[in-house]
Amino acid sequence: MFRCKTVWNKLAPLARASSTLCLQNARKSALRHGRRLEMVQKAQMSSGPAGGGGENTLYYVLIGATCLGTGVYAYRTVSGDKERYNERMIEIASRPKQGPQAAEALAEVVAESKEDAAPLESIPEPSSEPVKSEPVAEEPTLTEPPAEEVLVTEADVESTESEPVAEVPVTEPNVEEPVEASIPEPTVESPLREPVVEASVTEPVAEAPAVTQNDEPLAPVVESETEPTPVIIAEHVPEASSVSEIAADSKAAPAAEPIEPTAAPSDVPEHAPYLLIGGGTASFAAARSIRARDPGARVLIVTEESDLPYMRPPLSKELWFSDDPKAVETLHFKQWNGKERSIYFQPPSFYVSPADLAKVENGGVAVLTGRKVVHMDVRGNKVKLSDGAEISYEKCLIATGGVPRNLQVIERAGEEVMKRTTLFRKIEDFRSLEKISGEVKSITIIGGGFLGSELACALGRRSTDAGLKVVQMFPEKGNMGKVLPEYLSNWTTEKVRKEGVSVITEAVVKNVTYKNDGLEIKLKDGRLFKTDHIVAAVGLEPSVELAKSAGLEVDSDFGGYRVNSELQACSNIWVAGDAACFYDIKLGRRRVEHHDHAVVSGRLAGENMTGASKPYWHQSMFWSDLGPDVGYEAIGIVDSSLPTVGVFAKATAKDTPKAATELSGTGIRSESETEAVAGTLKSETTATPPPTQQKEDYGKGVIFYLRDQVVVGIVLWNVFNRMPIARKIIKDGEQHGDLNEVAKLFNIHED
Amino acid sequence: MSYCKQEGKDRIIFVTKEDHEAPSNAELIEDDPNDPYEDQGLILPNGDINWNCPCLGGMASGPCGQQFKDAFSCFHYSKEEVKGSDCVENFRSMQECMQKYPELYPQDDDNDSAPSGGADTAPTDSVPTSSPDSTPATTENPAAS
Repeated sequence: MFRCKTVWNKLAPLARASSTLCLQNARKSALRHGRRLEMVQKAQMSSGPAGGGGENTLYYVLIGATCLGTGVYAYRTVSGDKERYNERMIEIASRPKQGPQAAEALAEVVAESKEDAAPLESIPEPSSEPVKSEPVAEEPTLTEPPAEEVLVTEADVESTESEPVAEVPVTEPNVEEPVEASIPEPTVESPLREPVVEASVTEPVAEAPAVTQNDEPLAPVVESETEPTPVIIAEHVPEASSVSEIAADSKAAPAAEPIEPTAAPSDVPEHAPYLLIGGGTASFAAARSIRARDPGARVLIVTEESDLPYMRPPLSKELWFSDDPKAVETLHFKQWNGKERSIYFQPPSFYVSPADLAKVENGGVAVLTGRKVVHMDVRGNKVKLSDGAEISYEKCLIATGGVPRNLQVIERAGEEVMKRTTLFRKIEDFRSLEKISGEVKSITIIGGGFLGSELACALGRRSTDAGLKVVQMFPEKGNMGKVLPEYLSNWTTEKVRKEGVSVITEAVVKNVTYKNDGLEIKLKDGRLFKTDHIVAAVGLEPSVELAKSAGLEVDSDFGGYRVNSELQACSNIWVAGDAACFYDIKLGRRRVEHHDHAVVSGRLAGENMTGASKPYWHQSMFWSDLGPDVGYEAIGIVDSSLPTVGVFAKATAKDTPKAATELSGTGIRSESETEAVAGTLKSETTATPPPTQQKEDYGKGVIFYLRDQVVVGIVLWNVFNRMPIARKIIKDGEQHGDLNEVAKLFNIHED
Repeated sequence: MSYCKQEGKDRIIFVTKEDHEAPSNAELIEDDPNDPYEDQGLILPNGDINWNCPCLGGMASGPCGQQFKDAFSCFHYSKEEVKGSDCVENFRSMQECMQKYPELYPQDDDNDSAPSGGADTAPTDSVPTSSPDSTPATTENPAAS
């Protein structure tokens, strides 16, 4: 410590002097580009540092040169910045087909902005030490077309140049606007870039908070350092809807806009008091709710599908079991109560045409099909469609649902494999699969959840008559492995096998190749399977493309837009359905992908959009049918990783022969003896597991899913019409000591 | 003869009919009829009509929704001896409107106030919770087979 002190004492004057020198130099050279070294020298001399004169001269030269270099570099960067930006814009504009016109418009922009380059000289430039090392690297690259390293340095420089940057847009607001309008498109349309972009852009963007819209032109310039712009357009294509014209439109739109804003088609209303983005179940339920509560409400649904709102469950269930050969065309099916209906919620006559929406006397619901909302302006309360049309709103619902996930191995496998793969979600997927099932010899379904198992059973039914081989493979140990407890999952798998499906469990697909006009699937454990067609049912990716432009939060755990317990994302925006990650007051934050939840959440969102302010309270349920023998309804959190208690109706002798063999274990004894032994039997059975599971017939029962001893989920196994009781138990959220007593409430022995 | 077994974290109980005959001693919390969060039935606690009741189907939201609401409100609040006899005009205009949309309002049931409207019963709607026992899960799912 003593030593340090002496060293410090010796060095202190020098340190002090050099720091003073630096500060003085910084200030003065910033103002006068380091031309006043003499002045600086004088100031230093007066403070009298330790050390000889020779050292001092060298010192001055070094510092002076540094400052001079910094000043020059800063000046050139700032003025070169404008040039690089313009070059970049020209490059982007020249890429789409409307190149020449866009390039012309931008050439004007560039010309105008070049005039403004002059004032930049006088802009103050705070030089900082880190920037010092860059002048050498920077200078040779200034004249190059925007390359990645240049943009990297730009990003660093931008954080120090917030002031000049801010001033540049201010001096030329007119020039920037037309170009700026087109730029946000590439920025928002490629969701894959978002996470990467957030990380790199936050700093420069944060540095210039005062600059609002005008700052955006710089954003894409910086963003391209993460992914070059051609990728944006290319990625945009797979992202786009199945309607191919939209993809072409949105590619052309960014460039086309600044020159001739495409006249909005006459059928798109300019304003909709209630705007619902997405045309599925949640959206329709919200529309109905709004109309019921707000008399004369005018509701506009914008959907990228070409169909009116319809329900999805029959697409993987009833429509496959229909006797009517025209069912595929008409999409009519028979409900459980015998009545026939269409999958469309309402026939076309229910809806008002979008053009008439503003005029019709009592309001109505209009559906704009085949359009995708690509940008949301939350501050301006308006959205922009893929064809350039803008719609302003007062209240907006985002019910965009999701797109089916695909396996990476299939995506990478090439076009021939992709052609023979179905991602099942929409009406056209159903029709195409139905057609294919009649043409091919074998179909493989990858995925063991709800959709995969239902489709497997549906196709399995056809396998016997049509000579179709149906295979289902998944990584879990049994069908619905993530939903049902193991014993039930195994039982279900057996049932699915009985439907004619060849079930391959614990199968992880390693790669898929196209061979001999068919597909070959190779698993991680080496097994090989040949098939003609694949159906991938491996989950749903929620569509959150609007999160970026709307400034909405996306949940990192569950995916989807993060909303509160009232399904609200921000003041005038609600989210419902598959895309909503909401807070359930009873069960915690979750995202649910079931039909009834879409109905319940859509209805709730509609109520809240008309002022109800109600939280998610009515617990939604779901159901599944696996063939004629197995059907179950469920409610709440049904996750097989939770501890469960299942209460099943013990089959009596008069039911099935199987039950009789089961009873023989306990023996056909007199009643009293049985009762006396019952107590000991219980302990025995827990110690010695009963004979093989196959003998257990889980015919009907109720299964409770527990979290911290509270029932959070219930599955009603082959017992129906008891959902309200199940709902009540979950709502209570009580800790029940004996779940058998709770099970009594369900009367499982009765029909 | 009920018995129970444990498989890892999962417990399985097999119960006979006799064992389940005794009434349950599980305690359920009493429902508050005025709970603002709960879904209400057709008639709200304050006597108003709940137009958003799933039981109405799309009647209040369709093209003839306004006429339907007028007619049904009139009927609901009617104090006449023959309830609704003063609402003939409302019902007539409702019927006129409905005739314009035969697809939506099949003309087999006319003056019912809570009709089984056209193509939108069953699976789209959840069960109204106010009458859990009387209303079977008809509107919930087609699973029962």
